[in-house]
Amino acid sequence: MSPIAVNTAASLGTNAAANLSAPVRIAVKNLNFYYGDARALKDINLDFHDRQVTALIGPSGCGKSTLLRTFNRIYSLYPEQRATGEILLDGRNVLSNGIDVNELRARVGMVFQKPTPFPMSIYDNIAFGIRLYEKLPKSELDDRIEESLRKAALWDEVKDKLRQSGMGLSGGQQQRLCIARTVAQRPEVILFDEPTSALDPISTGKIEELIEQLRAEFTIVIVTHNMQQAARISQFTAFMYLGEVVEFGETTKIFMNPNKKQTQDYITGRFG
Amino acid sequence: MSEHIVSSYDAELQDLRRRISEMGGIAEKMLVESIVALVRRDTPLAQAVIAADARLDVLQREIEEHAILMIARRQPLAVDLRETISAIRVSGDVERIGDLAKNIGKRALAISGQFQPQKIVTGVQHMSDLVQGQLKDVLDAYAGQDPKVALDVWQRDGQIDSLYTSLFRELLTYMMEDPRNISFCTHLLFVAKNIERIGDHTTNIAETIHYLVTGENLTLDRPKNDRSSFATLDSEV
Repeated sequence: MSPIAVNTAASLGTNAAANLSAPVRIAVKNLNFYYGDARALKDINLDFHDRQVTALIGPSGCGKSTLLRTFNRIYSLYPEQRATGEILLDGRNVLSNGIDVNELRARVGMVFQKPTPFPMSIYDNIAFGIRLYEKLPKSELDDRIEESLRKAALWDEVKDKLRQSGMGLSGGQQQRLCIARTVAQRPEVILFDEPTSALDPISTGKIEELIEQLRAEFTIVIVTHNMQQAARISQFTAFMYLGEVVEFGETTKIFMNPNKKQTQDYITGRFG
Repeated sequence: MSEHIVSSYDAELQDLRRRISEMGGIAEKMLVESIVALVRRDTPLAQAVIAADARLDVLQREIEEHAILMIARRQPLAVDLRETISAIRVSGDVERIGDLAKNIGKRALAISGQFQPQKIVTGVQHMSDLVQGQLKDVLDAYAGQDPKVALDVWQRDGQIDSLYTSLFRELLTYMMEDPRNISFCTHLLFVAKNIERIGDHTTNIAETIHYLVTGENLTLDRPKNDRSSFATLDSEV
């Protein structure tokens, strides 16, 4: 790491600094992805570190969302899409046939660009996910829902209206409700696909603050088009272009002094 | 470097560079003329040097304001962020160089009517020639974003420090020889010190250029030969 990066990281506090010795939670090896005949990911090799935020950046169509969607095999809902290679989650290949996809999706939660609350009460929105995987007595379920809402920094705002519809919340609150729903399943990894692109700056700030807190417990991968957001909240950044990883490294290095000209041109707004 | 998608961004960076280069030109001229005024006892020229400093101050404030606005508006990253920060730093150094040259001009006025031993004035002039070369090179390095030239300037600063130390000793000797020399020797001592400080600012600029282009700070220890802090003239010398 350059001295500047070290100093910057140090001045931001130890929390913001990348932990290079954190164990690898997800190891992507020679991953290729196809939409029919179109090859959208080309021989991706990347490591995602435990309890660190990794940002995926790159122009539209570069494959970052595609990559994110392979981690919990959401793509397998569509028959013409397929992946080859390996994605090792704690050493087990999630692409192998022996994997229980439902269990995988409980371990690898996902939050989308547009908030997706179900048309039911705030309480049920969260209980719904838990009931899919676990049978909890009422009191435990209540506790779990409170805990999840607290972790999603939403509890104080909704504790008196848990029986009201989740659709009645503001956009930012809906997004935090979706995060609470994900957190309630006690995943290991949380994937965020442009979680703030539909939100105002205040709600965006709350989500960023939340991601910072969630990092203490979860391994986080976030796709974002907002360079400053990636620089603010991630410890590692991968720049992708045309289905390939052009550069991967510590966020401070990528945004202050990237190695590749292509990376620099993209983050400084010179092509895209 | 390819251009930004937003062309006004390039125009703003270009504008910063233009102002820095204008500042550099003024500061260079001020240094040269302040020494000429000193050597030739040219009071109008010394006054012109003093007057030129105001423009430098204005430019420095403008550069600072523009750079801050750019940070607010564009949130520059990587090389753009380094360039914006470098503009603030370099303009600060050049502004200080202007202040020091202005001070030389004032001292030239103060001692214009007094006897000046040619040998010492020549020493000051020689030191100034070295610093002028450094300043020119470092400004060229900034315009061309050339870290090699910048590093060369950075390494040459040791010569100026050595020269300053020897001038310091010489001036002390003159003062001890005859108390009537004290007044102009003190002024010349400050002139020499100002020139030495200008040399330090050029090395600061060199460091900034290195950071701007490579993204790394120069962490090595700069060669320093200024021993004047330890210089004394004991009775046995």
